[in-house]
Amino acid sequence: MKYVDEYRAPELARKLLASIEARSTRPVRFMEFCGGHTHAIFRHGLRQMLPPTVQLRSGPGCPVCVTSDADIDRAIATATLPGVILTTFGDMIKVPGSDGSLQTAKAEGADVRIVYSTLDALQIARDNPENEVVFLGIGFETTAPTVAASILEASATEVDNFRVLSLHKLTPPATCALLDAGEVRLDGIIGPGHVTTIIGSAAWEFLPRDYGVPCAVAGFEPLDILEAVSALVEMSEAGEPAVVNSYTRGVHPEGNRTAQGVMARVFEVADAEWRGLGRVPASGLAIRQAYAPFDAALAFPVKTGPAREHPGCRCGDVLRGTAEPTDCPLFGRACTPVRPVGPCMVSAEGACAAWYQYGGILV
Amino acid sequence: MSDQVLSGKVLLAHGSGGYLSHELVERLFLKHFRNPVLARLDDAAVVEVSNLGLLVPGATSPGVENADLKLAFTTDSYVVSPIFFPGGDIGKLAVCGTINDLAMSGAKPLYLSAGFILEEGLAFEDLELVVASMAETARTAGVSIVTGDTKVVGYGKADKLFINTAGLGVVPSDVDIGSDKARPGDVIIVSGPIGDHGMTIMSQREGLRFRSALESDCAPLHGLVAAILGAVSSPGAGGSSPSPAAIRCLRDPTRGGLATALCEVADKSKHGIEIEDRAIPVRDEVRAACELLGLDPLYVANEGKLVAFVEPGAVDTVLTAMRGHQYGRDATVIGHVTDEHRGRVVLRTALGARRIVDMLVGEQLPRIC
Repeated sequence: MKYVDEYRAPELARKLLASIEARSTRPVRFMEFCGGHTHAIFRHGLRQMLPPTVQLRSGPGCPVCVTSDADIDRAIATATLPGVILTTFGDMIKVPGSDGSLQTAKAEGADVRIVYSTLDALQIARDNPENEVVFLGIGFETTAPTVAASILEASATEVDNFRVLSLHKLTPPATCALLDAGEVRLDGIIGPGHVTTIIGSAAWEFLPRDYGVPCAVAGFEPLDILEAVSALVEMSEAGEPAVVNSYTRGVHPEGNRTAQGVMARVFEVADAEWRGLGRVPASGLAIRQAYAPFDAALAFPVKTGPAREHPGCRCGDVLRGTAEPTDCPLFGRACTPVRPVGPCMVSAEGACAAWYQYGGILV
Repeated sequence: MSDQVLSGKVLLAHGSGGYLSHELVERLFLKHFRNPVLARLDDAAVVEVSNLGLLVPGATSPGVENADLKLAFTTDSYVVSPIFFPGGDIGKLAVCGTINDLAMSGAKPLYLSAGFILEEGLAFEDLELVVASMAETARTAGVSIVTGDTKVVGYGKADKLFINTAGLGVVPSDVDIGSDKARPGDVIIVSGPIGDHGMTIMSQREGLRFRSALESDCAPLHGLVAAILGAVSSPGAGGSSPSPAAIRCLRDPTRGGLATALCEVADKSKHGIEIEDRAIPVRDEVRAACELLGLDPLYVANEGKLVAFVEPGAVDTVLTAMRGHQYGRDATVIGHVTDEHRGRVVLRTALGARRIVDMLVGEQLPRIC
């Protein structure tokens, strides 16, 4: 299949692996920021193919996983309000909050609907004028522009029963928070391909400049990831950190200006609560005053009790890269994809789910 | 843990065919219904006709020549939405699905029942299209729908119509097929490209509609099974001929897809399964749609494919027989049974790495970003 097979060619992968092995002289640890990368790495078995000197560590790039318990509780409380239809991307419905999940709320009668696009949520609002339709806005810079576009569309077409609970988060501030904490030594970062398509590879220049950490932006096919690892090995061996774009077919230095513009029109930068990282300044997106009627947080100021994280759950550590999923005492025992305790076991982008599903144990 | 499963409420994922469905069956239905026939949890229950005498003392079996003949009995309900889709409809599916459950035990399907739950307001035009489709499918498959039932529920209490079919068939005495029969060394053959049905349905779903040339593979597979069993039963041109015992296990990978079917066989047989990523046939359209939505074709449903676990000596005979049949033209070897990693399915990736293939958890959902 075109655009896929050429990025999975075993012969080329073997060549890249051989060149990585030949150039890697000292142990290095690279973090793949993005959960999509984590899954691709496990699905294609890349960790076990890399030389022992090159270690990969999963990062916080799973939008479902970094959503705080308090925010999940807020979403569930909103979903159970009379007359509310809560629309969400699929993964989110299974994430356990302090008490239950959107999935259990749905089984108990809440109107929770999975959508594949924000515009579907908007359509549901048009089709159900007597209901309040809330879209659960989670995700990074990749999804935020589409959510912004749906708010602009709702505003232009006067859909007045559509609201967004904005829990969007920004990736560069989270990366700073992680490096500032200094808990885990990182010799390089595999930059998130889809996010960087929007924000541009120049947005990562602070990594080499301020932290001396090289960054290689990668696509999601095995060869994309191996090429990024290869670039990171080269930079760390040479001691010359820089930002390398290994995903040139999707990423430009300046990113997608249109998407950035739409995002900036609707959202303003705000502090955000991250699971694992806590409150990170200027790392979230709040709906601007001009679009306040579409802000579900204002329309439904629900009250929830104090959020309770499951004792023993190490999702926070896994998201910070200070622990591997198997370091968690619950992994594979009390916490499985069937009955997840923490979100990293739920999401298709969660590190624990990847380990469990693809057998990290086998690696 | 077991309390946790059955406390609370039924979730949609309990119907996905994956882990939660298994737990529901094993921890609730099997707990209450347990008997040796049901406990095998194969696609169809197979009972010895001679054992029927135990149920009906003094009964003889007129017309049954071979006293060792076995009966295969199965049932399945169909709730697919939309009820009409490229390549089929709920009626065709209801006939094929039950025929296939019978066929996977090696049975020749004979009789079907048809139970309808109709929603108030369903157009007669649609109902007749579905019923005519069932009749046509049954006729070409050579089975008769001999009994049935109809119920109507209020508007909104069902989604247009639900169909239940049960099926009865006979299994030749020398055929002994079951998920627990797979042995190390057995070769695994799939009858054609996977994921067609599931992706077709997904392409028609509200909110996800995308244009594709895909069609459901919905088809009755008993003819293909008969061709396989016929090939290994008759003295072949190659001299030494295998026997029906060379076919250890047959599965139709419906809900939960190929991965779940393989996991079930690994679990039941207590052996390991190893498959080759690059050997698994998937149409480009299905692969493309899966890539786009972040789904894995291994978990996407099929309605006209089977997986055969075959003794190594019979592989060529079986492949030839399958490829000579309209529903097995693209039959191909995808892996083998091993005594390593017992109870687990391992996939060798194109790059040569190995990873586990687990059963489907919940429903496959498109990714967020």
